[in-house]
Amino acid sequence: MASKVLAGKTVEVNEEGFLVNPADWTKEIAAELAKEEGIAELTEAHWKVIDFSRQSAGTTGAAPTLRGITSGSGVSTKELFSLFPKGPAKKVAKIAGLGKPEGCV
Amino acid sequence: MKKIVILGAGTAGTMVANHLTHLMDLNEWQITIVDEDPIHYYQAGYIFVPFGKATEKQLMKQKKTYLSSKVRMLQTKIELIQPENNKVILQDKTVLDYDFLVIATGCDIYPEETPGLGEHEWGKSIHSFYTLKTAVALEEKIRNFQGGRIVVNVVENPIKCPVAPMEFLMLSDAYFTQKGIRDCVELIYATPNSGAFTKPVASKLIGDMLDRKNIKVEEDFYIEHADPDAKKIISYDERELEYDLLVSIPVNKGADVVGKSGLGDELNFSPVNKSTFLSDKFANIFVLGDAANAPTSKAGSVAHYAVDLFGENFKRYTEGKELEEKFDGHTNCFIESGYGKGVLLDFNYEQEPLPGLFPVPGIGPFALLQESRLNHIGKLSFEWMYWNILMRGRKVPLAPTMTMAGKWTDWEKRFNVA
Repeated sequence: MASKVLAGKTVEVNEEGFLVNPADWTKEIAAELAKEEGIAELTEAHWKVIDFSRQSAGTTGAAPTLRGITSGSGVSTKELFSLFPKGPAKKVAKIAGLGKPEGCV
Repeated sequence: MKKIVILGAGTAGTMVANHLTHLMDLNEWQITIVDEDPIHYYQAGYIFVPFGKATEKQLMKQKKTYLSSKVRMLQTKIELIQPENNKVILQDKTVLDYDFLVIATGCDIYPEETPGLGEHEWGKSIHSFYTLKTAVALEEKIRNFQGGRIVVNVVENPIKCPVAPMEFLMLSDAYFTQKGIRDCVELIYATPNSGAFTKPVASKLIGDMLDRKNIKVEEDFYIEHADPDAKKIISYDERELEYDLLVSIPVNKGADVVGKSGLGDELNFSPVNKSTFLSDKFANIFVLGDAANAPTSKAGSVAHYAVDLFGENFKRYTEGKELEEKFDGHTNCFIESGYGKGVLLDFNYEQEPLPGLFPVPGIGPFALLQESRLNHIGKLSFEWMYWNILMRGRKVPLAPTMTMAGKWTDWEKRFNVA
């Protein structure tokens, strides 16, 4: 575990840069994590996905999978890939301050 | 009589049924198992079929041979589960009442979920090896393959046996090398993961191994559709990969009946407590093996460790005691790496695979996360253990939970990695 300063706040992150404590998360931290993932600015469309994912994780206790996001948020897979290029499920989980999506080994 | 109904007589279902006949008082409990298919397939052997190293017949046995005579077996399709009424409806209209239900209906491939995949080129230039039938069809294709580009593509996670696609590539490398045409064969692994494996150390070490074998990895590749006429697959971010032979691992989903009965997630996997396998929704339903949504590998070794711990825990539960949260996600997998060698992985929910020796620290005889001939022999001898120990409900003398003993946390120093 390492600690890191994000948006002026010292937080713990794991070796892949995921927040260790979801409670550390703020919207400002999300914006900085997004920059690390190559997303310069979080638009309303991005926030729709992030908010859904945080909500979903609040009930299930885990970051949603790609399918979980598309079926639950109404955002199409194609759109999700243009918002969060390459691995959207992983990127969304990271930016939303959730753990890495489970179920992948 | 109180009733336990088990749905599915594959790896997990058979083990559960046989364990419970040893553990439960059969004057009090009746155990029924339902499966529409009379054949028990040795799925860990599918990987050998495309390379002519196992035949269809070798991998098929009668399910009833492996079920205790104390278990009532019904061979029919499961139509619906009514968890609110504790009933299972079968296709022949039989209604089974239960006190406890164990769902072990596994998972299967669904090529029709991806446009272009399961269409007119399926079985021609697009193949799979995740069922015995597809593995047999691929054998002929591989035998007659004269050269070109083979793309192995995982459509979406989770999949059964997540290392099998890499095994297929490494065995292809050895097969075509021995055939003398390796320089005419390009091998590509297109995976939605950001590397060969999702856990960092294994990803690096297995990634290096693929690299040495000249197998290219196309990372973060989420297929959107296949174009069967142009022979290419296209990702959501519009990358195109051409192929001469596409070996696909299509979407894996749980049984339709699980979804239809309101017990599944968006892929028909059934949400459970990952340490006890108790259904999130019903206090008298357990889900074991590939059918559950537990975040571990969908593999027989996992089902085996899970069932080993499940039996006594279940018995306690039927006596009104609390379930113990015992299962740690322990997984072993032997990865065939070609040329009579293999790699062994040992890990759980928390601990990623590391190099080391297994099961005895300092001795082995199996090498973790490194290639060795003994690992390959381990994989081959597992078939005997599967049929004669695991399926009979006997215990293997290995701890069902993972241990850190024998794992090298200082592997970088030992391997001289900077």
